[in-house]
Amino acid sequence: MIRTRPREQGVQAPPRNLTRRILTSPRTRLGLIMLLVMILFSVLGPFFAPHSPTAVLAKPYADPGDGLLLGADSLGRDILSRILSGGANLTWMAIAATFGGVALGTAIGLIAAYAGGIVDTLLMRVVDVMLTFPTIIMAILFISMVGPSRLILVVLVAIGLTPGMARVMRGAARPVIRREHVMWARTIGLSSSRILMREVLPSVTSPLLVETGLRLMWSVVGLASLSFLGFGVQPPASDWGLMVSENKDGLAIQPLAVFIPAVCVALFTIGGNLFAEGAARVIGRTEGARS
Amino acid sequence: MKAVEVTGLTVALDDGSVIVDDVSFGLESGQVMGLVGESGSGKSTVALALLGFAKAGANITGGKVVVGGVDLLALSPNELREARKKLIGFVPQDPATALNPALTIRAQLTEGMLGEKKENLPRIREVLETVGLPSDNAFLRRHPQELSGGQQQRVAIAMALGKKPELIVFDEPTTGLDVSTQARVLEMVAGLCADNGMASVFVSHDLAVVGTVGDLVTVMYAGQVLETGSREEVLLSAAHPYSIALLESVPSTRQRLPLVSIPGRAPAAGAKFDGCVFADRCAFVEDRCRDSAPPLVATSTGSSARCLRVEHVLQNQRCLVKEPLPRVESREEDSGSVLSVRNLNASYGRTQVLFDVSFNVAPGETLGVVGESGSGKTTMSRCLIGLHEDQSGIFEMDGKPLPPRLRDRSKEVKQQLQYVFQNPYGSLNPRETIANAVVVPLKHFYGERGKAARDKAKEALERVEIPWRLADRYPAELSGGQRQRVAIARALVCNPSLLICDEITSALDVSVQASVVELLRTLQNDGLSMIFITHNLAVVRSIGDRVIVLSQGRVVESGEVEAVLTAPQHPYTRGLLADTLEVDRSDAETSDLPG
Repeated sequence: MIRTRPREQGVQAPPRNLTRRILTSPRTRLGLIMLLVMILFSVLGPFFAPHSPTAVLAKPYADPGDGLLLGADSLGRDILSRILSGGANLTWMAIAATFGGVALGTAIGLIAAYAGGIVDTLLMRVVDVMLTFPTIIMAILFISMVGPSRLILVVLVAIGLTPGMARVMRGAARPVIRREHVMWARTIGLSSSRILMREVLPSVTSPLLVETGLRLMWSVVGLASLSFLGFGVQPPASDWGLMVSENKDGLAIQPLAVFIPAVCVALFTIGGNLFAEGAARVIGRTEGARS
Repeated sequence: MKAVEVTGLTVALDDGSVIVDDVSFGLESGQVMGLVGESGSGKSTVALALLGFAKAGANITGGKVVVGGVDLLALSPNELREARKKLIGFVPQDPATALNPALTIRAQLTEGMLGEKKENLPRIREVLETVGLPSDNAFLRRHPQELSGGQQQRVAIAMALGKKPELIVFDEPTTGLDVSTQARVLEMVAGLCADNGMASVFVSHDLAVVGTVGDLVTVMYAGQVLETGSREEVLLSAAHPYSIALLESVPSTRQRLPLVSIPGRAPAAGAKFDGCVFADRCAFVEDRCRDSAPPLVATSTGSSARCLRVEHVLQNQRCLVKEPLPRVESREEDSGSVLSVRNLNASYGRTQVLFDVSFNVAPGETLGVVGESGSGKTTMSRCLIGLHEDQSGIFEMDGKPLPPRLRDRSKEVKQQLQYVFQNPYGSLNPRETIANAVVVPLKHFYGERGKAARDKAKEALERVEIPWRLADRYPAELSGGQRQRVAIARALVCNPSLLICDEITSALDVSVQASVVELLRTLQNDGLSMIFITHNLAVVRSIGDRVIVLSQGRVVESGEVEAVLTAPQHPYTRGLLADTLEVDRSDAETSDLPG
């Protein structure tokens, strides 16, 4: 009935420098700085540790002093050294799990949106089934069956991230797939994979980036929780989540052993959340108005 | 006292650039003023400023807007709101988004009126009858989405009319409507204002529309009034080169005339000029035009124009009389066909939208497909290209059978059939430079890469008059007309034997439409066959060789363009032709050649 006449006024500021616009918001800048500092801290930390993180050096829950800057933990190991080296595992595992989950979820979402019909229905019902299993419970189940392994942990967390990612990406891709430039690519017979990579994926990068940020935080929290529950990184290796659980009984005597690792996990996730949420806001404000 | 008096109205953006510069005009009660200009000319900004309103990022920085004796710009925000409520009605461009889908028609209509709901009911019924809508309770209980586009626009007009304002502002109210609906709405608008003694300002990019409703016509460009006068003065003896250029770009249903587009591109909002704002695109330009800004001067015919060479322009405008294009000689029937379609039926679910459509496209021929929205013309074009699955019909291409589904078609067929989409804002990948957009099919069909591909892309872009320096821009940095050219270039590099153009000019300004149509004409002269789908008969007259008229999914008439448009046989075609607006220019009449 209505032939809308898109107005030429949309021809102003091109959405080219999205990264720069995202970084103009102080909130996202703070988040990004926190995130980078925490990643650097975990990667470089082990090189600055004054002692071995597994060596027993003092009495359990010893107060700071005697060359131990923050005191000793439940087995008399140096808290500072354990904190400095306790983030490395968490960081690489979280990043690997996120990329695995995001890649798999994006692939499923885009294929479901593009293929439509029976393929879409099948994929999305599988995703629905996956969504009904809580990630942590699934991970505990598998780890108790096959024993703790870092690689399996990464795979399990990645699978846990997949269904949510798939749904979001399918939703983001559907309007793009109805656009004329995608129809045009079909009429000249470009292959489906090229259409998805060239025509669809570049148009959904904004939700993709924001979701990646959020999922990274979820994997950090998930992995730390698994370690806390004893299904993640195994002692005597050091890990923030594990430290909280090892030292929780001595909370009254040596609070630093619980408190500092908890703060480290919190800083990591808060920084990531600030950045992802701020970026989402900037994208929503600038891109939502154009469609 | 005049009903509306605007003096020195100036609107600037936050960064200080002026987008409406010193606009003044006056209107008596009952008069309609048409405000015409291309996209970005500031016409909609003026329309909003009449309500004392400016969009976010813009501010009214000077001038006076006096409506019914009240100076709107001197009021406090609360007083301004009260004044708007009593004095001004506004009809927005797209009624589908302007009406609240959650409210009934009755609620929408009573909302803006003064006084109690109960008292207003008789008044509402009266207004609905005036705008030609039913006024019974059943209609009042309906929701906007249950109405057609034309009815929605009438409701929007009734909303503005209900409170008997001094001034009604129409912001392109008919751009989204079909020709026949548009004709009826325009007729109604002209009558209403005269009968009810309301002044109104009617904004449009289409001179033919403005010429139908306006008693006065004001032409705007780059935020300035370039010409203003009565309808006859401006349309019949335009005194500003820009008005003439706009008039020349309007296609006519009566004759096959070339369309003259305006060279160059409309300036960006807030651009600064030393001299005349139109100097860079003007056919009459002299050196002194660039030195100082010309004032608005009265001309001998009674209008005023912002041009230093008014008298010269007035006397010489008829130099631009266009020679009608030669009629394309009819081709022999048995010369084969690029595409032949037999008994095409298509449906969406259970609704059948196309019934037994059959036609041929001869080599080098341009077939016009005309119909209103809902006639099935876009579905038909999607069937041809293979994007619509739910269809049955027999296609032949160059004598060989053509499978209806895209996935069954060979690569060669996909290369020979090319499609240009209606919406220039969606047809290019927003994350890909335009050079890349043209290189993609080259790589796909011919395996061209690197420099060779870029050279071919350059050639194709220059063929459609896109300079190579724009090659690395993204679609968002181009205007609608430029994007449509890139889409055409992208189709041309495939060396198609048939180009399907789906309403490719309907989203464009009239002057830009002219340039795209002339581009297609050069392709036509090179021997390319085309199917040109449009709702505009005048465009078909300008470019089509043969035409088929679609109504509700059936072909109601077909034949040579000359024959169909000169002597239409089917009542539907006659109706369409009668509703298509024309700009009556004296020169167009005198140069009418027999045959």
